[in-house]
Amino acid sequence: MAIKTASGAPAQLPPAGRPSAGQRLWAWLNRRMPIQGFIEDQLTGYYAPKNFNVWYFFGSLALLVLVVQLLTGIFLTMFYKVGETSSFDSVEYIMREVSFGWLIRYLHSTGASAFFIVVYLHMFRAFLYGSYRAPRELLWLLGMAVYLALMAEAFMGYVLPWGNMSFWGAQVIVNLFSTIPGIGPALVEWIRGDYAIADATLNRFFSLHVVAIPLALLLLVALHLVALRQTGSNNPDGIEIKDRLGPNGRPLDGIPFHPYYTVKDIVGVGVFFVLFAIVVFFVPTLGGLFLEAPNFEPANPLSTPEHIAPVWYFTPYYAILRAVPDQRLGALLMLIAVMVFLFVPWLDRSPVKSMRYKGYWSRLWLTLFAISFIALGYLGLQPAEGLYVVLARIFAVIYFLFFILMPFYTRFESVRPVPERVTYHAH
Amino acid sequence: MAEHAIGADDEIDLSRRKFLTRATIATGAIGAVFTAVPFVESWSPSERARAQGAPVDIDLTKVEPGQMIAPIPVWRKSPIYVVHRGPEMIKRIAGHDDQLKDPHSEQSDQPAYAKNPLRSRTPEFLVLVGTCTHLGCLPKQRFAAGELYPSWPGGFFCPCHGSRFDLAGRVFQGSPASINLRVPPYSFPTERTLRVGADEKGAA
Repeated sequence: MAIKTASGAPAQLPPAGRPSAGQRLWAWLNRRMPIQGFIEDQLTGYYAPKNFNVWYFFGSLALLVLVVQLLTGIFLTMFYKVGETSSFDSVEYIMREVSFGWLIRYLHSTGASAFFIVVYLHMFRAFLYGSYRAPRELLWLLGMAVYLALMAEAFMGYVLPWGNMSFWGAQVIVNLFSTIPGIGPALVEWIRGDYAIADATLNRFFSLHVVAIPLALLLLVALHLVALRQTGSNNPDGIEIKDRLGPNGRPLDGIPFHPYYTVKDIVGVGVFFVLFAIVVFFVPTLGGLFLEAPNFEPANPLSTPEHIAPVWYFTPYYAILRAVPDQRLGALLMLIAVMVFLFVPWLDRSPVKSMRYKGYWSRLWLTLFAISFIALGYLGLQPAEGLYVVLARIFAVIYFLFFILMPFYTRFESVRPVPERVTYHAH
Repeated sequence: MAEHAIGADDEIDLSRRKFLTRATIATGAIGAVFTAVPFVESWSPSERARAQGAPVDIDLTKVEPGQMIAPIPVWRKSPIYVVHRGPEMIKRIAGHDDQLKDPHSEQSDQPAYAKNPLRSRTPEFLVLVGTCTHLGCLPKQRFAAGELYPSWPGGFFCPCHGSRFDLAGRVFQGSPASINLRVPPYSFPTERTLRVGADEKGAA
């Protein structure tokens, strides 16, 4: 009797004779846990669009950086001693006396910046191809939750070396909460656990940085992937490959994630690690962008650094905060600048998803937004005076207009026809 | 023990079940809130932190007119700016009310005895919490007239975000800070001693 699969080809019959020890072990395991089923569902049987381009490297790279941060973080925690009087010295100890401590710390500090680089590129990809559009709204919201957790993680991590920028950065950021009407000052005292940023604050930030937020991050990343598996990946054409199935029930424009995209992602990993290693070994501070000069001095509550700026990944929002001459409004606009991303799936009213088929206005506004984000990032690093403030105000307005006007320019512009199948040229 | 047969008499009372489910959820939620209390409370300043926040005494004999006490004394881990203002400095506090955000200290944080144009109990001693009301940096002394720009009457300048304050700690328009520098509770137990953190109303 010939056994046939759904596609009509004869199925591979199990080899005759007694199964090998390895096969028996595999069968034993799978009777008790669905290992093979998991691999088939998630990797070899998970079909992803065949037209992914370079923009699709950054999701897997973010996962890679998360692993780098967890591994290096675990080792740093073995040598770091939290405390007002010990934190700074223990970081110096790691840098100078622990074998390869300098390497582990620079991997961790560079990893923090690398995390934001790949996450920002990953988010820009979503803007390019409409990856946040129905049915992927929840995927986008979970991704934003990862981003918010990452911001908290990075902020608290920056406080731990207890350098002078750690201290004053914490002072400025924690004081943002004092602008909340009514409960503000009491809330700030509760966050600090003292009348100023002090040992109690440092200790709780350490706990959150090494235990609570990493756990939350892992959970949110897992949920992000669960939602991705439910909807499937979007692609540069912004069309659903599930709408066109072949006779075998598989998407015509899909290819199995493994081996095709695992192999592709490994190429991305290779390129990424080359660039990462160049920073780690040759320019670990990146001229003050990744590690700021005042943080090589111990925290001093009686001496403000000449010029306080957060690390580069927060400076676009920081520039918005400083551009507003009113404290409460500045903090509110900064909060809105971060949270507005949550509403993007409902602000984009275009009949098409991908920038390939959107019109002139969508392209123009996305370009203006990207320029504003980078410009605000630059301005946030500069002193808040003169022309810098004027420019920050102009770019902040463009930043918000991108979102405010989105329902209008996406709806009323003329769009190009979307093809039935993905655009793909075999190499 | 009687056999419990399933029959027509054993209709499930769905409304009763719904009520019990909701009552259980509500009780559990209330319990969860109470359980959270000790964890949330643990973040408040500890007994030790509170004890270390006790009032401090500052000797005023060593500060000449025109000077600020250095090294800067600390109360509750905040720097305390104590400026001995001479008659010439006091004069420079008047005449620019129209350039201030809160000239009469209506929105600002100070004890009642410091809610006056000089923002102090006695004209010569200005006592301020030396952290910018914007985001907590330390404003720098720029006491000389014209030091920042020709019409500058003297005061404080915050290097972080450019907030400016006059010699009474009142904030100028165009600064990111919205309110004047904070005045802590203080008193003079003797003529030449300043006690920060305690006044007639007791310790803060």
